[in-house]
Amino acid sequence: MSDTRAGFEFTRALRTEADKIVARYPEGRRASAVLPVLDIVQRRNGGWVTTEMVDAVAGYLDMAPIRVYEVATFYTMINLEPVGETVVEVCTTTPCWLRGCDGIVRACEEALGIGLGDTGADGKFTLREVECLGACVNAPVVRINDDYYEDLDPDRARAVLAAVSRGASPPPGPQTSRAASAPASGPTTLRASAGSS
Amino acid sequence: MPTVTIDGLEVEVEAGATVLQACEQAGKEIPQFCYHDRLNIAGNCRMCLVEMENSPKPIASCAMPVGDGMVVHTNTPQVRKAREGVMEFLLINHPLDCPICDQGGECDLQDQAMAYGMDRSRYRENKRAVTDKDLGPLVKTAMTRCIHCTRCIRFATEIAGVEELGAFGRGEHMEVGNYVERSLTSELSGNIVDLCPVGALTSKPYAFAARSWELDATETIDVHDAVGSNVRVDSRGRAVLRVLPRLHEDINEEWISDKTRFANDGLRRQRLDRPYLRRGGRLESTTWADAFAAIADRLKTTDGDHIAAIVGDMACAESMVALKDLMTALGSPHVDCRQDGAKLETGVRASYLFNTMIAGIEEADACLLIGTNPRREAALVNARLRKRYLAGGFRVLSVGPDLDLTFPVARLGGGPEALAALAEGSLPASAELGDAARPMLVLGQGALARPDGSAVLGAARRIAERCGMARDDWNGFNVLHTAAARVAGLDLGLVPGEGGRDVSGILEGAGDGDIEAVFLLGADEIDTDGLGDAFVVYLGHHGDAGASRADVVLPGAAYVEKDATWVNTEGRAQLGQRAVFPPGDAREDWAVIRALSEAAGHALPYDDLAAVRARLADVAPWFGAPDEIWPATWGTFGADGAMDPRPFASPVSDFYMTDAICRASETMAACSARILGNNDAWDGAGARDDGADG
Repeated sequence: MSDTRAGFEFTRALRTEADKIVARYPEGRRASAVLPVLDIVQRRNGGWVTTEMVDAVAGYLDMAPIRVYEVATFYTMINLEPVGETVVEVCTTTPCWLRGCDGIVRACEEALGIGLGDTGADGKFTLREVECLGACVNAPVVRINDDYYEDLDPDRARAVLAAVSRGASPPPGPQTSRAASAPASGPTTLRASAGSS
Repeated sequence: MPTVTIDGLEVEVEAGATVLQACEQAGKEIPQFCYHDRLNIAGNCRMCLVEMENSPKPIASCAMPVGDGMVVHTNTPQVRKAREGVMEFLLINHPLDCPICDQGGECDLQDQAMAYGMDRSRYRENKRAVTDKDLGPLVKTAMTRCIHCTRCIRFATEIAGVEELGAFGRGEHMEVGNYVERSLTSELSGNIVDLCPVGALTSKPYAFAARSWELDATETIDVHDAVGSNVRVDSRGRAVLRVLPRLHEDINEEWISDKTRFANDGLRRQRLDRPYLRRGGRLESTTWADAFAAIADRLKTTDGDHIAAIVGDMACAESMVALKDLMTALGSPHVDCRQDGAKLETGVRASYLFNTMIAGIEEADACLLIGTNPRREAALVNARLRKRYLAGGFRVLSVGPDLDLTFPVARLGGGPEALAALAEGSLPASAELGDAARPMLVLGQGALARPDGSAVLGAARRIAERCGMARDDWNGFNVLHTAAARVAGLDLGLVPGEGGRDVSGILEGAGDGDIEAVFLLGADEIDTDGLGDAFVVYLGHHGDAGASRADVVLPGAAYVEKDATWVNTEGRAQLGQRAVFPPGDAREDWAVIRALSEAAGHALPYDDLAAVRARLADVAPWFGAPDEIWPATWGTFGADGAMDPRPFASPVSDFYMTDAICRASETMAACSARILGNNDAWDGAGARDDGADG
């Protein structure tokens, strides 16, 4: 990492947006806003933050730069290196793994032509594995930018990626006929099976 | 107070104590890595697990507050199994490089693995490797060894007050390091080497120098500043290999500054190891007898009124009392221990002591700094001020230079103008100080070492009196010294006598030819060019400014090479012990002066150390009572005169380069260059600094 401190300052628009976030927290607790502020900075910078931006966030929130950097490296949602326009994250933690995430990883790699952790030469896609996305009930799960695509199998994963590649936005959520996280094998409670409300 | 039962033993502990503290109170040893009683509790190493009744699983004792009636077991099969398990996890990624690790032999992980770990490993996979970090010229890193206890991060953040260390990444990829690779900017950074329970952070200058069991430890006192930090000097043969802190709650707690810890390589370089005599403009080595004869010859033809003596900043009390007695015998009133020209007086002892005491800072509730930068002049006093600030309800005001002290300081002004206003009570801050229950002020040498120093001293006294700092139950008037020798020098009366000249007067006299002979006792921080044609005798341990100007050089002992007494800025006399012998022909300073006195025909009446110490106690009783504080009574001191409007400046511009030992130290030169950017101090010693990384 370089030691240059020049280069990034909060624009007026960014500051206005960040001020709104800081206002959610009590007086003297500006540091609480570190994650959402990092997030808006990242969104305005094509999906990643530079060292200079970390410094700027630290300055804006009255934090030591190192404390912001700790946060930025802890959370996988904050990228410290450039990423593709679309970030595809495959969950490979135990529940997804039990439900076949290995096949999803292969399908993604084949569909995008890149391996885990890589960004395509055209800068369109970044593919990586992540730890639990917290949607185990709909495992296996892939996160594409801000949306979760759930109940995947390799074919459904390919279909979703094909649609995203075309520039479409396939509806997020379960990619089967299942509604949200309703029981996959149909209703299991008496009231539901009796058809009453 | 809650009562808890530890292994069947009932102990009463303070409310708010942790289970770990209760266990220690009950005499049970609890293994630990992340816990440190001077740092915040992290609870992340899990080594301190104990069994608590009614708890389904073992608890981390360091983070669990005691509750009344708790029943804790520290040595059950469950506890032993838990410790073994934690140890096994800690060792998964810890390299098996103890044979090449500098921590070997004094490593908490090694010791606790022996005591509490399993006798074999079940781990067959690859260990992780972590890139080493560059923390500057003092702290060497081997981050693969790090067990993520976060002690170093907490020390830097809480005690040193520099948020420069952190933990990056998460889970197995977590790494401890700095944000951008650059040197730590703390004067206390070396303490993280002591805190590190493994070999991840070790001393860079000491790298691969010795094993802990090969060293002889000697307990002594530091002289690089006037704090009087208690240190342990580890030596092998004639070499001092490292300096470590020794616990003294009232002075340095368990920390020392980087200068105290790392300047020891200066003890090996540029040493005076034999007497020298100037012949034909060149210093040539000679014998003690010839050197003394040359001095005696000169003294015989010189009247006492034309002889003067200047005492340096590291002189011990023994040598100073001998010098003072010799000068009295020679009939010279021209003696001064205030090299920097500080206008300190000897009449009222309270006028030159840190009366509140260093530990007393914790009781103060407001502090006024006058012409001082405690961070550079006395890093541990600054650490105590920060500790007090963190406890809350402590306001620090300053008249003097712009300061970055690791805590907020309200600057009232740069110089005497603000001081005069405070003394008159015409600043809002005077009321603020006056309203405080226990206000204190710290008067630095930067405010006193000026022609108007007496007036500044007087103004500080008036502020103290106006703001309730000089009460029977509270003395908030403090002088912060930078020289280890200064308080003892003032105690022993090494100031000009009747009609005597001070340092500037001596230099002036030497220039005029009025002063014909000058004795320098380790005095290197004076303008040696001003000594004119005077006959100069230098007694000291380093070939620094004083020796290079001298006509006769007498080799003395550095602080680790003599049994000697120093009085710190609080007025606390402390005994140092000899760790190694002085090099070559060099001798203890008081003995040199004693021998010289005989050669000069004025033999001093003491022949051994005990007799010199008796003489010291005779002059000032506290020399006979080491480590005791003798309360000093208040009086009137300082002058009323006008003050020069020039702003105050701290006398220490480069923390790492304040005395002859530091100036001879490659490590200190590297610090000065890499941390402060003072490249003139740098003469390419970096090869050693960078090349030594194994």
